[in-house]
Amino acid sequence: MNELINYTLQLADNSLILGHRNSEWTGHGPILEQDIAISNIVLDLIGQARNFYQYAAVLINNSTNQQFNQSTTEDTLAYLRNENEFKNCLLVEQPNGDWAKTILRQFFFSAYQFYLYQHLQNSNDETIAAIAEKSLKEVTYHLRWSSEWIIRLGDGTEESNSRMQKAIDDLWMYTDEFFEASSYELFAANEGFGAGVSLLKKDWMKKVKDVFDEATLSVPAELKQQIKWFGKEGKHSEHLGYILTEMQFLQREYPNSIW
Amino acid sequence: MNEIKHHTINSPNTKSIWKILESIPDPEVPVLSIIDLGIVRDVKINNEEFEVIITPTYSGCPAMDMIKMNIRMVLLEHGFQNIKITSVLSPAWTTDWMSEAGKQKLKAFGIAPPTAKQQVCHTELFHDGEAIQCPRCNSYNTRLISQFGSTACKALYQCNDCKEPFDYFKCH
Ligand SMILES: [Zn+2]
Repeated sequence: MNELINYTLQLADNSLILGHRNSEWTGHGPILEQDIAISNIVLDLIGQARNFYQYAAVLINNSTNQQFNQSTTEDTLAYLRNENEFKNCLLVEQPNGDWAKTILRQFFFSAYQFYLYQHLQNSNDETIAAIAEKSLKEVTYHLRWSSEWIIRLGDGTEESNSRMQKAIDDLWMYTDEFFEASSYELFAANEGFGAGVSLLKKDWMKKVKDVFDEATLSVPAELKQQIKWFGKEGKHSEHLGYILTEMQFLQREYPNSIW
Repeated sequence: MNEIKHHTINSPNTKSIWKILESIPDPEVPVLSIIDLGIVRDVKINNEEFEVIITPTYSGCPAMDMIKMNIRMVLLEHGFQNIKITSVLSPAWTTDWMSEAGKQKLKAFGIAPPTAKQQVCHTELFHDGEAIQCPRCNSYNTRLISQFGSTACKALYQCNDCKEPFDYFKCH
């Protein structure tokens, strides 16, 4: 039961944190249409997060596990957990940087979600399967949109190409975490409610290579830095703390306030 | 295509509930009722409880909470007391569930209705798919401006003939 809860929370946390990061662009997008586009993607991601949090809350409230109290809701999960309880991967908490970096982060993540949700549609957990089925259609739009931007920028001007390539050099080292299973992901894959993440790597790599080829971009030969920590297990970069501080401020300072 | 019982009639009461639900507009596209939109899956009566089963359009559609509230309010106004509103995710909502009447209303409102064939939800890049008809001058000579429009359900197009930009209720 614990593994199912952790697995569900991880799916929610990834979408919430990336949604929050992208929302920092709302009102600041490079042009109006793209400001609207990224804000729409935010809505989809936070919507997915809500579905997973609602499910996690039900699981937690039904379980006898005393680690959590009995009145968990989607809001307490988003607003009242600490940094080390969040299970999102490191990629999604990385700062926005310029448009190239934001686009690339979205592309890496959407491609991952695209193959992940294809597997999760067949999860033996009905709720996870239903959320995955619903979300996959949205993710397809995200993947297409971000892929087109990678190509537009990579195969654009000298400056847009060099910015794109710099973003790749900065973010590439975070992508391996997708495919390294945490303990609860291994359990989930064995039990049939989750996907074997290492199996997703082949499709993901092919997608990335195809888009990069068309964009005249290349995958770095070596990693800029070896990452030793693991967001999935609650070990985060310094950035998550700042995100949570801003996101959780209201509920921490004024508990139970509503608007 | 999953079978959707648009008008399950178990007793005069569920029939009257379906009728009442026809009067509830979608908050973002008010020319459409929630029945036109195809989000009401079923209406059931369990003992004294009236249950309305709905399917969200998009995961993050901000209108869903308002729709639930409106269903509750309108049913209360009509004297139904014990109301339960259940969200069901699977099978996922699709634009195929939109009624023909709904599509006509959309077009009259200036929003291009979703095309009959689901051609937009693929990963093929820089590909417009099936031509979308301009709701103003009926020309098929139109172009996509952005897959993401003013709300989650719409894309932005422009007509190359009459030059008007318009919303397209995108396939989903
Ligand atoms: Zn026209």
